[in-house]
Amino acid sequence: MDSSNIYKKSGFDFSNQIRNNFLAAKGVPVPKATSTGTTIVGCLFKDGIVLGADTRATAGEIIADKNCEKVVNPSCCGAGTAADTEFTTALISSNLELHSLSTGRKPRVVTAMTMLKQMLFQYQGHIGAALVLGGVDVTGPHLFTIHPHGSTDKLPYVTMGSGSLAAMAVFEAGWKAGMERQEAIDLVSAAISAGIFNDLGSGSNVDVCVITKERTDMLRNYIKPNERVTKERHYKFTRGTTAYQSENIRKYIVDESITYLTGSATTATTAEEAMDVS
Amino acid sequence: MQYNGGSIVAMVGKNCVAIASDLRLGNQALTIATDFEKVFPITDRIYLGMAGLATDVLTLRERFRFRVNMYSIKEEREIEPKTLAQLVSSTLYERRFGPYFIEPIIAGLTDSSKGSQPFIASADLIGCLNFAKDFVVVGTAEDKLLGVAEGLWEPDLEPEDLFETISQTLLNAVDRDAFSGWGAVVHVITPDKVITRTLKGRMD
Repeated sequence: MDSSNIYKKSGFDFSNQIRNNFLAAKGVPVPKATSTGTTIVGCLFKDGIVLGADTRATAGEIIADKNCEKVVNPSCCGAGTAADTEFTTALISSNLELHSLSTGRKPRVVTAMTMLKQMLFQYQGHIGAALVLGGVDVTGPHLFTIHPHGSTDKLPYVTMGSGSLAAMAVFEAGWKAGMERQEAIDLVSAAISAGIFNDLGSGSNVDVCVITKERTDMLRNYIKPNERVTKERHYKFTRGTTAYQSENIRKYIVDESITYLTGSATTATTAEEAMDVS
Repeated sequence: MQYNGGSIVAMVGKNCVAIASDLRLGNQALTIATDFEKVFPITDRIYLGMAGLATDVLTLRERFRFRVNMYSIKEEREIEPKTLAQLVSSTLYERRFGPYFIEPIIAGLTDSSKGSQPFIASADLIGCLNFAKDFVVVGTAEDKLLGVAEGLWEPDLEPEDLFETISQTLLNAVDRDAFSGWGAVVHVITPDKVITRTLKGRMD
């Protein structure tokens, strides 16, 4: 790959900036990036952490993806600029793996949180990742929120994104210390549902992730309250509706069978034997 | 995006995928060319489309050709569609703070050893991937294409039916977009052949 070139530094490439600023000055509108106007939540329960997210991705006022995955890493939910949450968590996740390999210890949630906040602070909020980070390590369960500028909170129940107010209302009403697993899953689902139905930036399905000391269960599309009904009619066009000016067909060889021309191969001997019988 | 115009759509069918683009190249409201293809073959069974700033479409076509060639030399095998999607994504994210003004679409079939499964994906200009199971759209007619495709697409279309659906989706959406049009090109990718057809469209 050209990116692993020894002459080229790793990290972001700013070489298009001068051109892009020129285009912006000329009045060319800059395309908007996909953002996740989101509801993401996390809450503590008896044996660990439950994380939750909706599945709508928006680009301006249009829904870019109706069923995206915001639980980016089995321990982290992302809101904000979609590409930023995706790549930031991927980078920290691999750095964390290298860290645990070099120290010979299992990684801790605070380590992940510190690495994330230091990176986000370094970029002064230009990396638009808003995260909910939860996990269980040797020191017990931990739940954090990380803002794009690098500030963090450690709380027993947290919400983030445009639907955070709706979700927090549910948590404030229903959360209590030492909940059972199913109780916590139900509360998280209710909080996300509040976001889905009351916030325009959130929608579609509920994703849930349960993290305990022993295992992590990813419950993708745990509730699907907005399933599209099947179409009652077909909208197929009769073949030949669309006229075309030219056609080019590239045919590929799918199966190859080999015919031997000399009698050296095994297929030839079996053919001779067959002839002897007749 | 609006500087040069252009739109692309890809759809999943039964053991096949289709990808189609319009043919207009403009300078704002002035049409410069009507034969500007935005969809390029990457391997025999994977096609990559790029909508947006034409200079970046051509730059990235060459950059991806180079990077896919390097991949196949190093790995001694053809690239898989999902690998290409990640390659495209990281190439775009590298320029997070000075992006290429393009939105890519990847359409293809997985290797025959993996059952020639249909695959489509799109990304935004900084490489946020969208893996859809039905259809993906990008370009200046994105919002119109989404509406038409949402109404016309249905699962398990045979290659010939998929051709009709994707063609009508593109043609009708593009007729309501000032920056796209002037004909279209459609590729239907099946395990044993790729059908490429050029369509006539409104010339205004």
